[in-house]
Amino acid sequence: MTCPVPIMTSDRVLLGHGSGGKLSARLLSDVFLRVFESPVLARMEDQAVLEVGGARLAFTTDSFVVKPLFFRGGDIGSLAVHGTVNDLAMGGAEPLFLSAGFILEEGLEIETLRRVAGSMADAARSAGVEIVTGDTKVVEKGSGDGLFINTTGIGLVRDGVSLSASNARPGDRVLVSGSLGDHGITILSEREGIGFDTEIASDSAPLHTLVRAMLDALDGAGAIRCLRDPTRGGLASSLNEIAERSGVGMELVEAEIPIREEVRGACEMLGLDPLYVANEGKLVAIVAPEAADVILGSMREHPLGRQARLIGTVTGEHRGLVTARTPFGTTRIVDMLAGDQLPRIC
Amino acid sequence: MKFLDEYRDPKLAQALVADIRRRATRPWVLMEICGGQTHTLMRYGIDNLLPPEIELVHGPGCPVCVTPLEMIDKAVEIASRPEVIFVSYGDMLRVPGSSRDLFQVKAAGGDVRIAYSPMEAVELARKNPGRKVVFFAVGFETTAPPNAMAVWQAKREGLKNFSILVSHVLVPPAIRLLLEQPHNRVQAFIAPGHVCTVMGYSEYEELAAQYRVPFVVGGFEPLDLLEAIRMLVAQLEEGRAEVENQYVRSVTREGNEAARQRMFEVFEIADRKWRGIGEIGQSGYRLRDEFANFDAERVFGVAATRAEEPPECIAALVLQGLKKPVDCPMFGSRCTPDHPMGAPMVSSEGACAAYYRYRRHDLVAVTGTIA
Repeated sequence: MTCPVPIMTSDRVLLGHGSGGKLSARLLSDVFLRVFESPVLARMEDQAVLEVGGARLAFTTDSFVVKPLFFRGGDIGSLAVHGTVNDLAMGGAEPLFLSAGFILEEGLEIETLRRVAGSMADAARSAGVEIVTGDTKVVEKGSGDGLFINTTGIGLVRDGVSLSASNARPGDRVLVSGSLGDHGITILSEREGIGFDTEIASDSAPLHTLVRAMLDALDGAGAIRCLRDPTRGGLASSLNEIAERSGVGMELVEAEIPIREEVRGACEMLGLDPLYVANEGKLVAIVAPEAADVILGSMREHPLGRQARLIGTVTGEHRGLVTARTPFGTTRIVDMLAGDQLPRIC
Repeated sequence: MKFLDEYRDPKLAQALVADIRRRATRPWVLMEICGGQTHTLMRYGIDNLLPPEIELVHGPGCPVCVTPLEMIDKAVEIASRPEVIFVSYGDMLRVPGSSRDLFQVKAAGGDVRIAYSPMEAVELARKNPGRKVVFFAVGFETTAPPNAMAVWQAKREGLKNFSILVSHVLVPPAIRLLLEQPHNRVQAFIAPGHVCTVMGYSEYEELAAQYRVPFVVGGFEPLDLLEAIRMLVAQLEEGRAEVENQYVRSVTREGNEAARQRMFEVFEIADRKWRGIGEIGQSGYRLRDEFANFDAERVFGVAATRAEEPPECIAALVLQGLKKPVDCPMFGSRCTPDHPMGAPMVSSEGACAAYYRYRRHDLVAVTGTIA
C-alpha cells in the first residue's frame, strides 16, 4: 500500500510555509518556539510587549519580499514602514523608531534603491516615526530577488491597554475597518504572468492613528480585546487564529463583510476567496459588545475607517471554528488554510 | 456584481426552494456531476435549504480528484528533471503522489510554475528554447480544447521543447458506469454546464433514453443549481426522463463545434483510469499519433507504474453517490485536506474536502445567533 504523504511533514521549506496558514504555524512551533524558550515569544502576538524601566515597550520585526517592487498604491519601501508600524499599532502602541535592513542583489539599479529609500522616508515622516539605524548586505546575482527589506520597530504601549489574540470572549463583536483584499489583488494583477488588469490599488497605510482614535473613544481601553491587521492569509486566517487562541467560536455575516466590486470580480475570475487575500491597511477588532457602537463610530470618523463594519459575533459554540452566515440563511465554515490559496482548475 | 449577483439573489432562491417543496411528494436522489457544482452547493449550503425528500449526492466531476496517483507520480518525476519547466493549474500542485507533491519538487529545486492557461506554457517554451516546457493537461471536456489548441499551436510553430502530460477524462462514460451498477441510487442528474458548453448535450439524450433517467444541464451559481433541481424534481414527479437545459446562457444542444473540431484533431478517445473508481473503457483522451512528439509520457519515457490507494478509503462509493463523506470512519480524523487519504479529499471541489471545508461544524451542531 502506498499512502499519500501529507505535505505537512515536508523535510524542506515549502512556499506554503510563508502563507500565514497552518504550515506557517507548524514551522514556528516545530522549529523556533521550542528552542527560543521565551514566554513572551510564546504568546505569538504580532509584537512583544516588554516592561523596561517602568515603560511598556512594544517591539516587533517584519521582512518584506514583495514582487513587483512597485505597485499601484505603494512599493516595498512604504510597505516596509507601514507593516511594522501596524504590527506595533495592533499592540495598542504608538510607534516611535524603526530600523531598516536591506538585502540587495548584485546588479540592482541604484536608482531603484533610491526610489525605495525615498518612499520609506516619506512613509516614515507621515507616520511620525524615525528610521534610526540600519544595515545593508549585498548577495550575489541569483541569490536574492532584487531587494528584500527588514524593518524592526519600537513603540510605547499606552496605560491600561492589553491586547491579545487570547482575549476574545463569547458575546464580543467583530469589526473590520474597511474593504478586504485590495492589496493582494493589486499585487496579483500586477505580477507578471497573471495577465489581469484592474483599477484597484493597494490599501497599504499606517494604522496607528486609527487605533489611537479607537482607544480615545473609550473611557477605559479594556473594551478592545484584540486587534489584528489581516495581512498574508487575509481576514480568515486572522480570525481563525484568534478563535483558536481564545478558545471561542465566531459567526460572521457574509453580507456585512465589505469587499469591493473589483476585488470580488477579480477573485471570481481567479478562483480565489477574498477572505484569504492579503490586506496592508486594514484592521480587525474584537471588542466588548457594549462598546461596539462607540468604537465603530470612532473608526468611521477616521479617514482609514470610513467603511468600517460590524461583521460578526464571538460565540461559545463550535470553539476554534469561524463560520459565516450566507445570504441564504445557511452557515458555512471559514477555515484556516494549510498553505497558500490555490486557483481552481474550473 | 453584474452578471453574478442576479444568480445569488436570496429572495429568488426562497421562491425556488418553495416551488421544489411543493413539487416533491416522494424521496428522490439527485446527483450533480461537476466538482464546481459541489463546491457551490456546499459553499452556499444549498442542500440544507432543500426539503427532506430531496437527497443530493456528489458525482465524480472533480478533475483534480480523479487524476490517478500514477499520473501525479509521473508529473513529479518529469518536474524533477533539471531541464524541465513544469507548468500546471494551481490546485494540482498540492495533490500528493506516492511519495511527494509538486510543491515539494519545487522546494527541492524543480522549476514548477502555476498558470491559468496552457498558452502561458507555450509562451514559456518560446522564450526558453534551451529548456523543456511541460504542461499538466488535466481535466474534463472543458479544459481539453485549450490544451488541444496549445499543442496545435506548438506544432504549427515547430516548437520542439513543448509537451503535455495528458490526463483527460470524459463525463458520459462515468455516468454510464454509475448507472450500470446494481446498487445505483441516483435517479436524476445535473449535467455539467461547462462540459456541455463545449460538447453540447446530445450525448446525454442517449443516456436519458437508454436508462430512463432525467438530466438537466446546470450552471454553477446558487440559483442555477436550485433551478436545475426544480426542473429535475418536476421531471421525476411527472415521470419524464428528458434532457433539459437550465444553463441556456452558456449551453446549446450543439455545443461549440469549432472547439470540438480542434480537440479531435489533436486528441482521440482512449481508456483511462480514474482515481477512486478504477479503469473505465473509452473514458478519456490521449494525443493522436501525429502529435506524439508533444506527449510528455513518450518524450520523457516515464515508466508505467502502479500506485495503490489506501484500502480503507471509500472514495469509489462516495464518487458513485452510494456513501456520503461523513459515512467514512476516516473522515475528519485520519483523512483531512492536509492529509488526504483518497481522491475526494484532495481538492476543494472533491466531495469530502467540500464537506470538510464548509460543513464539519454540522457535526458539532451549530446553535446560537448572529448579531
